[in-house]
Amino acid sequence: MSDLTRQSAATLASAIARKEVSSEEVTRAHLDRIAQVDERVHAFLHVDPESSIARAREVDQQLAKGELSSPLAGVPIALKDLLATKGVPTTCGSRILEGWRPPYNATIVDKLSAAGVVSLGKTNMDEFAMGSSTEHSGYGPTHNPWDLERIPGGSGGGSAAAVASFESPMAIGTDTGGSIRQPAALTGTVGVKPTYGGVSRYGIVALASSLDQAGPCARDVMDTALLHAVIGGHDPRDSTSINKPVPDVVAAALNADVRGMKIGVIKQLKGEGFQAGVLERFNQSIEILTELGAEVIEVSCPHFEYALGAYYLILPSEASSNLARFDGMRFGIREDDGKDRSVEEVMSATREKGFGAEVKRRIMLGTYALSSGYYDAYYGQAQRIRTLITRDFAAAFSHVDVLVSPTAPTTAFKIGEKLDDPLAMYLNDIATIPVNLAGNCAMSLPIGRAPEDGLPVGLQIIAPPMADHLLYQVGSALETALADRWGGLLISEAPTL
Amino acid sequence: MTTEYQAVIAEFEPIIGLETHIELGTNSKMFCSCSAQFGGDPNTHVCPVCLGLPGSMPVVNRVAVESTIRMGLALNCSIAQWCRFARKNYFYPDMPKNYQISQYDEPLCSDGYLDVTVPTENGPQVFRVEIERVHMEEDTGKLLHAGGAGRIHGATHSLVDYNRAGIPLIEVVTKPILGTGELAPEIAKAYVSELRDLMRALGVSDVRMEEGSLRCDVNVSLNRQGEGWGTRTETKNVNSLRSVERAVRTEMVRQAEQLRLGERIILETRHFNEETGDTTSGRSKEEAEDYRYFPEPDLVPVAPSESWIEQLRGTLPEIPSVRRARLQNDWGISEFDMQSLVNAGALELIIASIDAGVQPSAARKWWTGELTRVANERDCELEELTVTPADIAQIEGLISEGVLTDKMARSVFEGLLDGEGNVTEVIDSRGLVVVKDEDLLVEAINQALSESPDIAEKIKSGKVAAAGAIVGAVMKSTKGQADAAKVRTLLLEQLGVKE
Repeated sequence: MSDLTRQSAATLASAIARKEVSSEEVTRAHLDRIAQVDERVHAFLHVDPESSIARAREVDQQLAKGELSSPLAGVPIALKDLLATKGVPTTCGSRILEGWRPPYNATIVDKLSAAGVVSLGKTNMDEFAMGSSTEHSGYGPTHNPWDLERIPGGSGGGSAAAVASFESPMAIGTDTGGSIRQPAALTGTVGVKPTYGGVSRYGIVALASSLDQAGPCARDVMDTALLHAVIGGHDPRDSTSINKPVPDVVAAALNADVRGMKIGVIKQLKGEGFQAGVLERFNQSIEILTELGAEVIEVSCPHFEYALGAYYLILPSEASSNLARFDGMRFGIREDDGKDRSVEEVMSATREKGFGAEVKRRIMLGTYALSSGYYDAYYGQAQRIRTLITRDFAAAFSHVDVLVSPTAPTTAFKIGEKLDDPLAMYLNDIATIPVNLAGNCAMSLPIGRAPEDGLPVGLQIIAPPMADHLLYQVGSALETALADRWGGLLISEAPTL
Repeated sequence: MTTEYQAVIAEFEPIIGLETHIELGTNSKMFCSCSAQFGGDPNTHVCPVCLGLPGSMPVVNRVAVESTIRMGLALNCSIAQWCRFARKNYFYPDMPKNYQISQYDEPLCSDGYLDVTVPTENGPQVFRVEIERVHMEEDTGKLLHAGGAGRIHGATHSLVDYNRAGIPLIEVVTKPILGTGELAPEIAKAYVSELRDLMRALGVSDVRMEEGSLRCDVNVSLNRQGEGWGTRTETKNVNSLRSVERAVRTEMVRQAEQLRLGERIILETRHFNEETGDTTSGRSKEEAEDYRYFPEPDLVPVAPSESWIEQLRGTLPEIPSVRRARLQNDWGISEFDMQSLVNAGALELIIASIDAGVQPSAARKWWTGELTRVANERDCELEELTVTPADIAQIEGLISEGVLTDKMARSVFEGLLDGEGNVTEVIDSRGLVVVKDEDLLVEAINQALSESPDIAEKIKSGKVAAAGAIVGAVMKSTKGQADAAKVRTLLLEQLGVKE
């Protein structure tokens, strides 16, 4: 088999299953690629080649004995660094957790392991998933493989860049306001935020518990579906996970057909603030969907204009509480000068040193929003907006099967360009945030390059809760049509580095 | 009742309120499967969830919800059809997540009442205490301050034991209790006592007060007749029935002194000193700590179905007040006697003793007599004594077998109370054996007769009543280890006298 790192996960899995190549060889090829390019991309925070190879060998042995029949057995993966991995450093991109090795695995890490998927390492991210560029990592930014001077999106920029740079065929991300989808859009890869509760959150360090959702990242729709099927499903350790079977996303990815489907274009997410080239590619995709037999109509979601405001009250509120446990008492760094300090002084000094500016900003915002006397005006009001947005979606889905919009308003921007302007940074997630507020599922699919800068553009497909299969059905149809035009996937045009 | 207290009552009306935290007796913790057993080596009953490790998530213990609903039903509360947990945010090292999962504005049970009986000059009086809410929450870890006096002041460092973190707690909050007058301390005590008995009767907790599994916060305010409510203080962590009563009383007296001096009462938490019975100022609540409550997003709401609630209602046992009336009738005692043994904290111990095989009258005699006297002397609760219902059953058995005399039994109790070991060990170490050897007894009788020939003559002449003096002398010479009745029979035989 030619260059193992250029293959899809599905191709690698079937070659491994047919014993044409071993998991060890596939894993080594990706570790070599990481060694070759990651100094420039910086997708990974932690790689342990020896343990990855040892694990690949185990999987090879299990496969030889016929003990594994998973559709992704032997395929390597990259894990966002806020998944708890037993004995393996887990920093969440924060200095405050430097040196912490969790004593347990996140549920999805166990599921991946049981399916014979081999971890290559932990990927870079904005600190505690707060950011849209991966520049807020405590360990330095990740670079976009399409242009190393640009950001790969965030917070899951490491996972997206690892996939886009062929360092890993697939990755796990988490999406609180767009952290899987926006990086996918900016790196020409596919990313899915499953229905809230569709994938266990146990062992995923929480940013905003009511919004967080882990999901798959890969280079094509089928790989994303295969990974989604492995990690999805109810977990007794996460009572907010939905106790129903995961929709058959793999069958949906095979059923690349939109004939007779009704697709809604969200009026509020295609005008002001969106880059011309992004809208051009988006409109072209709409035409293709129409040509493929879908009925495209415009729908209005009038409360979306308040989504960003509501999100930046709910997220910081929950984050301010979730991040309270990082106090230097039980794990991570402890800032103690050895003098006779009180516990409050040590906690305070640890948090001052360990947290970056963006994390501190959001803790302050959230603490304020939850304060007695302000709660109703901020947190309470934001929850009401959330209800209205959920109703907007419900109304829209009463006449369409799925909704579409551009995933992000712009293509990848330059590193440092928006670092001093938090509001400009927050606006990157204007199209993705409403989905998290309502708990729907959504996919970002590469739909071409913006003419003005040649950088990838993503299309967002949104489906109702627990209708994740519709994302894959529509995504697969559009992906096939685009690949026919281009003679291959968009990602094959990415620089080889 | 002191004249000082009488003077307070003459001038002021008290309003009290009680918040009681009780550990539920579930096998596992509130939000994880760790053991909820008391004790254990520090930090052995822990997991990622109750240690609050990053990424871990809570899952509600169904048995704890069930226990809370049953408690709510027993307290005549309405049960919420849908309610959520909330996070109470504050930094403290005994709290792994730096927030406590509790309930805030959506308690599981609300608006109930509990009738309690208090003794008055005019006989027992029933008083209705209204219940504001019953809710669930998790306990915190325990801090151990090392170096210094075991208090945070002067400690060189502190250690944390998270075994207690996440133990399910039920919190029962009363509405302000008005119109108690001088009975405020007694009503407070009777309420906590009744609550404890109810928990035990329901089997939701065995309420080991000596292990701190019931902790009471006592709110007290005073106002002059006809004036608005006064400012309250909250005395935290009052851990025994007696202390609840004392805390209310001393706080009333203290506040009255302040008010008479024209000083204002400060809204604050106070600490109760078990040794002195005083309260001392803690943290001021005037600048109230802002707990930034919000609904816990890691848990789904609790939504008990109507049918589940009804099923739980069907499992409610006889409530303690009904049971007391039944037992009073069974034992043939007066309401006053029943009330005194309840007040002495003896009821459950008596029942347990009867269950262990002791005759009801004997069980009452020991617990309300000798043992109550010792408890009063030592200023402690009956159940804190090192005598158990099983010990009483064993001792009573030995008495009926003739192995112990009544007097020797008292000596066994002394030994038990002084911590000399179990019943058998005390009997052995104190050499408590009934002298059954008749030859020895006859020898002792002859010895006594020869020492008091005049008494011997009296008995012979028919004054049988004089035998008591000889029996007494024999009991003395055998160090109380003879059976007095037996000695008397042998004595009369010896002198050839018939009754």
